[in-house]
Amino acid sequence: MSNLATTAGHAHGHDHGHDDHHHDSGETTVFGFWLYLMTDCILFASIFAVYAVLVNNVAGGPSGHDIFELPYVLGETALLLFSSITYGFAMLALFKGKKQQVLFWLGMTFLLGAGFIAMEINEFHLLISEGYGPSRSGFLSGFFTLVGTHGLHVTSGLIWMAIMMYQVQKNGLTSTNKTRLSCLSLFWHFLDVVWICVFTVVYLMGTL
Amino acid sequence: MANAHSDGANHGSVKSYAIGFILSVILTVIPFGLVMYPSLPKFTTLAIVLLFAVVQVVVHLVYFLHLDRSPAQRNNVTALVFAALVIVLLVGLSLWIMFSIHTEMMAK
Repeated sequence: MSNLATTAGHAHGHDHGHDDHHHDSGETTVFGFWLYLMTDCILFASIFAVYAVLVNNVAGGPSGHDIFELPYVLGETALLLFSSITYGFAMLALFKGKKQQVLFWLGMTFLLGAGFIAMEINEFHLLISEGYGPSRSGFLSGFFTLVGTHGLHVTSGLIWMAIMMYQVQKNGLTSTNKTRLSCLSLFWHFLDVVWICVFTVVYLMGTL
Repeated sequence: MANAHSDGANHGSVKSYAIGFILSVILTVIPFGLVMYPSLPKFTTLAIVLLFAVVQVVVHLVYFLHLDRSPAQRNNVTALVFAALVIVLLVGLSLWIMFSIHTEMMAK
């Protein structure tokens, strides 16, 4: 058994030495991150299924029709969509090698994302203060879980973005930073895709 | 290096981001407008809202996530198609089971 493990370890080491071209490892990292995002899709799909099952169980409390403010949600959607395109501009600046532009567009993206989170926290705060917290009904449990999970993802993205701004500032546009910014790009655009499903299934279908 | 260069084609341009952005705005504003100012039958509105959401997801995948049919993207697209299959089964079958239970229990 230990012999086998040693052989495997050796084979791996040999393989690594052979594959010395550096650019390939970044691509593999980004592909691995893409696979993680696909599993994250499945996590969101499960929560969407839970929400769809619970949506009619209002337990005498409010339904989506009573509590959703569509103009407010349209504002949140606009912030997230603008942040997607500003992140796109950060990536374009990255491949042109313009550090200051990268930092500027990352900063813009961060502010728009932070605005989205601020609006979401405000929405949650208002609902809870009116007595419509997650414990009020099955519908509200599903709503807070689904929208809250998306919000937590966006918050993680913001923390990651702040760290990347520091690293770009300190180390410049190194190949490591390029790989990390490419992964964050996938993550950020992916969250906007999830938000399309959220505003359609939760807010629009809930108000209809 | 040649690989890195051919990879560069997938990073999009100001134009491709602008096209994606404008399409997204249109595909967002119309469903919101139809729900906020109801002017069509409910079922028609629902169908348009769902259709526009699907189209917008595709627009984001193509213009922001740069998925296409090039060989460089094949693994990404394969993983996405597999995830989509899992999602359809997961959501579809869960809802089928749960709503069947709901109807059966009500009937008795």
